[in-house]
Amino acid sequence: MNALLLVALALLPATGFAAWFWGRTGRNPSGLAAAGVVAASVFGGLPAIYVLLGGELMPWRFPWPVPGGEFHLETDALTAWFLVPLFLLSACAAVYGAGFWRNGIATRRLGNAWLFYCLLVFAMMLVLLARNALLFLFAWELMALSSFFLVVFEQERATVRRPGWIYLGLSQAGAAFLFALLLILGHKANSMDFTHWAWRGVDSPVLAGVLFALAVLGFGAKAGFVPLHIWLPEAHPAAPSHVSALMSGVLIKTGIYGLIRTLTFLGEPAAWWGGTLLGIGLLTAIFGVTFALAQHDLKRLLAYSSVENIGLMAAGLGLGLLGWCLGEPVVGVLGLAAALLHAFNHTLFKGLLFLGAGSVLHATGSRQFEDLGGLLKPLPWTGALFGLGAVALCGLPPLNGFLSELLLMLTAFGSVLSPENPLAVAGLLTVAVLALVSGLAVATFSKAFGATFLGEPRKPTTTPQENTGTMRAAMCILAAACVAVGFFGFMLVTPLQRVVAVLSPQFPKLFPASPSPLVWVSGAGVALLVLVAGLAVWRKTLLARRTVDATVTWDCGYARPHPRMQYTASSFAQPLTALFRALLRNRVRLSPPTGILPTAARLATEAPDLCAERLARPLFARLTTRLARWRWLQHGNVQLYVLYIALTLLALLLWKLR
Amino acid sequence: MNLLSLIPPVLALILSPLLLGVINRVKARFAGRRGPPLLQVYYDLAKLLRKGAVYSRTTTWVFRAGPVVGLAAVLTALCLMPLGGVPALWKFPGDFILLTGLLGLMRFAMVGAALDTGSSFEGMGASREVWISALAEPALLVALATLARQAQELSLTRICAALSEQHWLHTGPVLALVVVALGLVLLAENARIPVDDPNTHLELTMIHEVMVLDHGGPDFAFILYGAALKLWLFAALVTGMVIPAGSLSPWPNLVAGLGGVFLVAIGVGVVESVMARLRLLIVPQLLVGAGALAATAFLLGLK
Repeated sequence: MNALLLVALALLPATGFAAWFWGRTGRNPSGLAAAGVVAASVFGGLPAIYVLLGGELMPWRFPWPVPGGEFHLETDALTAWFLVPLFLLSACAAVYGAGFWRNGIATRRLGNAWLFYCLLVFAMMLVLLARNALLFLFAWELMALSSFFLVVFEQERATVRRPGWIYLGLSQAGAAFLFALLLILGHKANSMDFTHWAWRGVDSPVLAGVLFALAVLGFGAKAGFVPLHIWLPEAHPAAPSHVSALMSGVLIKTGIYGLIRTLTFLGEPAAWWGGTLLGIGLLTAIFGVTFALAQHDLKRLLAYSSVENIGLMAAGLGLGLLGWCLGEPVVGVLGLAAALLHAFNHTLFKGLLFLGAGSVLHATGSRQFEDLGGLLKPLPWTGALFGLGAVALCGLPPLNGFLSELLLMLTAFGSVLSPENPLAVAGLLTVAVLALVSGLAVATFSKAFGATFLGEPRKPTTTPQENTGTMRAAMCILAAACVAVGFFGFMLVTPLQRVVAVLSPQFPKLFPASPSPLVWVSGAGVALLVLVAGLAVWRKTLLARRTVDATVTWDCGYARPHPRMQYTASSFAQPLTALFRALLRNRVRLSPPTGILPTAARLATEAPDLCAERLARPLFARLTTRLARWRWLQHGNVQLYVLYIALTLLALLLWKLR
Repeated sequence: MNLLSLIPPVLALILSPLLLGVINRVKARFAGRRGPPLLQVYYDLAKLLRKGAVYSRTTTWVFRAGPVVGLAAVLTALCLMPLGGVPALWKFPGDFILLTGLLGLMRFAMVGAALDTGSSFEGMGASREVWISALAEPALLVALATLARQAQELSLTRICAALSEQHWLHTGPVLALVVVALGLVLLAENARIPVDDPNTHLELTMIHEVMVLDHGGPDFAFILYGAALKLWLFAALVTGMVIPAGSLSPWPNLVAGLGGVFLVAIGVGVVESVMARLRLLIVPQLLVGAGALAATAFLLGLK
């Protein structure tokens, strides 16, 4: 089993460089690269599933000629839990990409893009497997860089370059916190090896708190905690769709993974960690879903929805920690399990939705809701699969999203029953926010699905082309996974128990009573399906003997209905965006019709990101003016830089000799 | 499985259209009219099931799936709802989360069907539906959280069984506030006055009715029946909280539960008769108010 994982680890960069070489020789490398990624995913996925089913894998250690570094890899249940969705989505996105990047693009560019794709998957795999701080940081940086190059795939457009820089800047800023975190931990333990850190704990609670804060900032920038989320709504729309799927589905989850992994180094958690994480999570969820609702761009909406879902994971984690500290281990285990299961589920449905958005973009050339509409007829597969993903994302039964929603709610209700009043109030707050967020998610995704696929086309275009075989197959696999997890979710309880045990072996059982609620939910899902089928058949037999006519939609007797008269996506969201205007600060530019015979009128609404506008922009503007004073250091003269290096070395030498 | 538990869903299937008849009869009495027959909704359903259908050329399978999925979801939800003290068919920790999930699925299906017509009326109705339900859901779940804490239980059946007259004696205000909050949620979720007016005749002012403008025949029968069952579900929920079920034996319990459900219907009829519909912009205040009442109840119940 171990060997398979090594094969996957070697195959990914090999495929990448092979694709790069193929691209340079003028052949389209997409098929080759996709085949390589799929093979690597199968090889890597099997050991991960083996570990989740209770198997044990020996760690490997290879010497690495870096001071303090060691090529130390290990697959425990926590790693395996994140590896499985990584491989599933990487393979699906690669297969989709093979169809998406088929023709019309220079093969040399495709070769480069596939190289970075393979390196990104490789880096994410290494992030999850690494048990040495330097190796982890190396993989973390490789992940950031390769995904940056994928984001700026269409680099000739300024609208793509700017998000690329924002992403790179934020991920480097986040990484700075991680360097500090890992170096302090390494200095304390006098080793860079994770196994030496685990369960030792940090002796001083102040230092542990500082380290926790560093982890939240560093990993939060990758995961997208508010206000560090500002790169998501920029980078996701700019990247090619299957890359967005991979980034939103897996890359941001490495932040959650890192946070959980760090918790194993810090010893007993403090209650305020849980409270902080819960607060950040709830805020992120509300912020994400409100901004998602106000978007006019399909991929931007999906990006904000990822922010929301990351918030839900953080809230589950935070409430779990709070319960753990306040003497409610059942709440603790439920919260952690809810966060983990939600991370898993989000990979499946957000991957599916981004791939669906890619198909829409491919077919129509637009991501703006006001240009779309009525696509279910020309794109029946994309539409149905996107609809399925939307139902899953809204947390509605019988699909997978509901299971993690149920676990989150059970965590919150578990805290509500607690005799500890602070925990009960935190639980109540969580219940209220989760309910509001799920209601807003239904609004957001009925808007996204309705405005894109239902009704009449808002802009007459040439007939959109449905996506081809490989693209459709990739979406079908993800959709099947959403359905399968929804109906067989109870089988994930034992693996989840193993994952949670990585964090604390003393955790109680997830569901003490048998059968677990997840079994009931699966049963209810089957009943629902049977009822739907029965009612559909009954309806069909009822209508079989009657006249069934087709006509226009009821238009109140108006003589000339027109597609532009449909309710727009913005109008659909308006009551809720108006309700949240204090948060959204949406700008409305209205030039109303005037005069007796009005000619033209315009209405434009826009919801720029509050954090980007009010926080990041002034901060960076000030930073630029401050740092401009040091610009004289930069001359572009090589000799000068050599001098700088020499001076640095001299200073270090003097410091050492002191 | 308890055979007795089969009775509440069967009663709901048979009697839920009668609830709408009772409401209409109460409203007629208040207005000094004789009103339609109590069984009018049954006649309507029978008539609709015998009809053909007319579909808009704009619509797709989403439009046809809406009523089917909606009715199937609410039928599944029936199995989770106890009546009075009679336990539900399925009971497990967190079953009310599945209940709200199923109602959410019903809503998603209906909103999808409405948007599928491409009509601006139905788009508007769908928009208002998601707007109101997004605000009603927190109120509902906060109310349930308060009840769960009072009863120290996590399933609807157990909560109903655990709430005894002792709770009413000791923490009466808490339960009273929750019942008021649940009542407001019931009115909002079932598109009744003061949130929505089922009798309005102008498309621009409707919410639930405007979403189903294009449905007809068996599809509309499914929608009408689904709405009646949803009203039954909420009425049974409110009743279950009010009746101290633990102290009665099964049959009186069932009678009490049934009586409670019809009392709720009469209450809805009275509310519809004595008050006007609220302006649409006031509705969020009403629902946030319901949530605030439930949260106050929760804080009062803390020890």
